[in-house]
Amino acid sequence: MANLVSENKVKKNKKRKWNDEAIAGLLFVLPPIIGFFLFVSGPFLFSIFASFTRWDSMTDLTQLFSMDADSRSWFFCGFENYKELFSDIQFWKALWNTFWYMIGIPLGLVWAFALALSFNSGLPGVKVFRVIYYIPVVSSIVAVALLWGWLYNGDYGLLNQVLSAIGIPKEKLPNWLQNAHTVKPAIMVMCVWRGVGGTALLYLGALQNMPRSYYEAAVIDGASRWMIFRKITWPLMQPITFYIVVTGIIGGSQMIVEPQIMTPDGGPDYSSATIVFYIWQHAFGADEKGFACAAAWVLALIIFAVTAIQFKMNPASENYLE
Amino acid sequence: MAEKEKINVKKKKQSYASKSLSDGRAARLIYLFLFSGAIIMIIPLVWMFESSLKTPGQFLTTQLSLAMPSNPQWSNYFKRVWEMEPALQRGILNSIIISVSTIVVGTFVSSLAAFSYSKLRFPGKSKLFLAELATLMIPFSVIMIPQFIIYARIGWVNTWAPLIIPGMLGNVGMIFFLRQYMSGIPTSVIESARIDGAGYFRIFMQIMLPNAKPAIAAQAILWFMGAWNDYFAPSIYLHDDNLLTVQVMISRLNAMYAINTDYPLLLTASVISLLPIIIVFIIFQRQIIASVALSGLK
Repeated sequence: MANLVSENKVKKNKKRKWNDEAIAGLLFVLPPIIGFFLFVSGPFLFSIFASFTRWDSMTDLTQLFSMDADSRSWFFCGFENYKELFSDIQFWKALWNTFWYMIGIPLGLVWAFALALSFNSGLPGVKVFRVIYYIPVVSSIVAVALLWGWLYNGDYGLLNQVLSAIGIPKEKLPNWLQNAHTVKPAIMVMCVWRGVGGTALLYLGALQNMPRSYYEAAVIDGASRWMIFRKITWPLMQPITFYIVVTGIIGGSQMIVEPQIMTPDGGPDYSSATIVFYIWQHAFGADEKGFACAAAWVLALIIFAVTAIQFKMNPASENYLE
Repeated sequence: MAEKEKINVKKKKQSYASKSLSDGRAARLIYLFLFSGAIIMIIPLVWMFESSLKTPGQFLTTQLSLAMPSNPQWSNYFKRVWEMEPALQRGILNSIIISVSTIVVGTFVSSLAAFSYSKLRFPGKSKLFLAELATLMIPFSVIMIPQFIIYARIGWVNTWAPLIIPGMLGNVGMIFFLRQYMSGIPTSVIESARIDGAGYFRIFMQIMLPNAKPAIAAQAILWFMGAWNDYFAPSIYLHDDNLLTVQVMISRLNAMYAINTDYPLLLTASVISLLPIIIVFIIFQRQIIASVALSGLK
C-alpha cells in the first residue's frame, strides 16, 4: 500500500520539469559549478581583458573609473603588450626551448611502448618492473630536479665521474646545466626518465584491453610475430598513442618547475627557460601582470591550435570525442 | 564460480602469451631490456639515499661509489634534519593538513557530483558537464595570474585558502573518471530504492558510495600524490616560512643551505620528502597501476 502511494508520487513528480530529481541533481553538482565560475571561467575571461592593460599588483578595480585621460590611455594599452612580446628576444627563445624539450615526447613514447610490450609478455617477475619504473613518476619534481642537478654537476656529478671513468678526458666534459648547448638535452633526459613509467602503463592498459580473438585468428592463419605486430598491435595502439601525444604536448608546453629549480635564472643565455617560466618571471618577478597575461594568451592560442590540428589529422578523432 | 573462471582465463592468457616467449632468447632479451632500464630508474634514487648518509667531505670525494659509506651518518635522519631552519617538520605537517583536508572534502563533493552527472536527470546537465570538461583544456598559466589578482584582493595570498578552497569544490578529472565508473552501476538499483522511499542523498550514501569505493579510493590516492608533490602553486601563494608546504620548504632549504656545502643534509631532507609518497605508492601500487592503465582508455 505504502509502496503504491509513493510510486504514484514518483510518477506525478516526473511530469514536472523541476521535480525532486532535478533539484537534487542540480544541488549535487553545485559546488563544482561554483568553483568553475569563480576560479576558472571568471579568471579566464578576465585574463583576456588584462592582456590589453598594464595591470600590476598596485592596480585597483575602483581606481579604473577615476583615472584621468592620460593615465587611462597609458593603462589601456591595446595591443602594446603583444607588440612588446613579439619584439622580445627572450620570448622567442623561451618558445623555441619549449618546443625543443618536446623532442622528449617521441623518445619517451618509443621507450614506453617497448616497456609495455615487455610488461605484457606474461613472463614471471615482470610485475616488479612495473613498480620500479613507476617510482620516478610518483617522486616529487622538486626532489627529482635537485637530485638530477647533482648528477649533472660539472665538478663532482655522478654523470661526469662515470664518463671520465670510461676514459673521456676531463676537459671535454661539460658542466651540463651551465652550458647553453647541454642544458636542454640534460633537462629533457630527466623528463623522459621521470615520465616513461607512466606512459608505459597507459600502453599496457591498451595492450591488455585488446581483443584476443584478433591474435588467435592471425595465429591460425599463420602470421609471423612481426606481421601480427605491424598489422594488428600497432594499428590498434593508435588511439592511445594519439592520447599520449596530445596530453604530452599540452603538458610539455606548460613545463616550468624543472628549469625553475635546476636553473633558477633561466639558464646560460636563457637557454633553458620555457614559455611558462617566462610568463612566471614577468607576472611574479617583474610584476607586469598585464604583459604576462598577453604572453599566456599567446601560449594558450598555440595550444588550442596545435590540439585542433591534431584532432583534424587523426582520422579516429570522431570516435575519440564521444 | 565466477572467481574460478577468472583465474582460469588468467592462466590461459598467460600460457598463451608466454608460449612463444618462454623458449629462451626472446625472454632473455626482454629481461635484459627491463633490467638495464630499471637500473637507470633506480640508480639516481639509490645514489641520493647513499649520499644522504655521507659526511660533507665524503660526499665530495666519493661520488662514484654507490656502496654504503663505512660510517653512515644516521644522525642526518634522526637528529640534524629536524634542526634545520625553517623547520622541515613544519612543512611536512602543513602539507598533510592541506592535502588531507582538501582531498577528504573534495573527494566527497566530486563523488556526489559524479553521481548526479551519471544517474540523475536535470535540465542543462550535459551543458554544465561539457563546460566543466572544457576547464581541462585551459592552460593553468592563463588563469593563474587573474586568480592571483583575485586572491590578493580578498586577502588569500600567503594563506592556505587558494590551495584548499578550490579543491574542496571538486576536481574535474575525478568527476569525469567517477562518472564513467558510476554509469556502470545499474540504474534499476536506484529506481527501486527510490520506490522504497529513499531520498537521493541517502541513495548516494548507501548505494553509490559503497559500490564505487574502489574507484573513489584510487582517485583519492592519485590526488593525494599530486597534492603532496605540487610545487608551483604553493610557491606562488605562500611566503612565510611557517606556512610553506614540504616541497616549497625543500627548495627554500636548498637555496639557504647550499652555502654551507652540507649537501648530504639537503639530500636527507629530499629523501624524507619522498618517503611518504613512495610508501603510499608501494602500499597501493596495485590499485594505482590499474587505475592509471585505465585512464588512457577513458
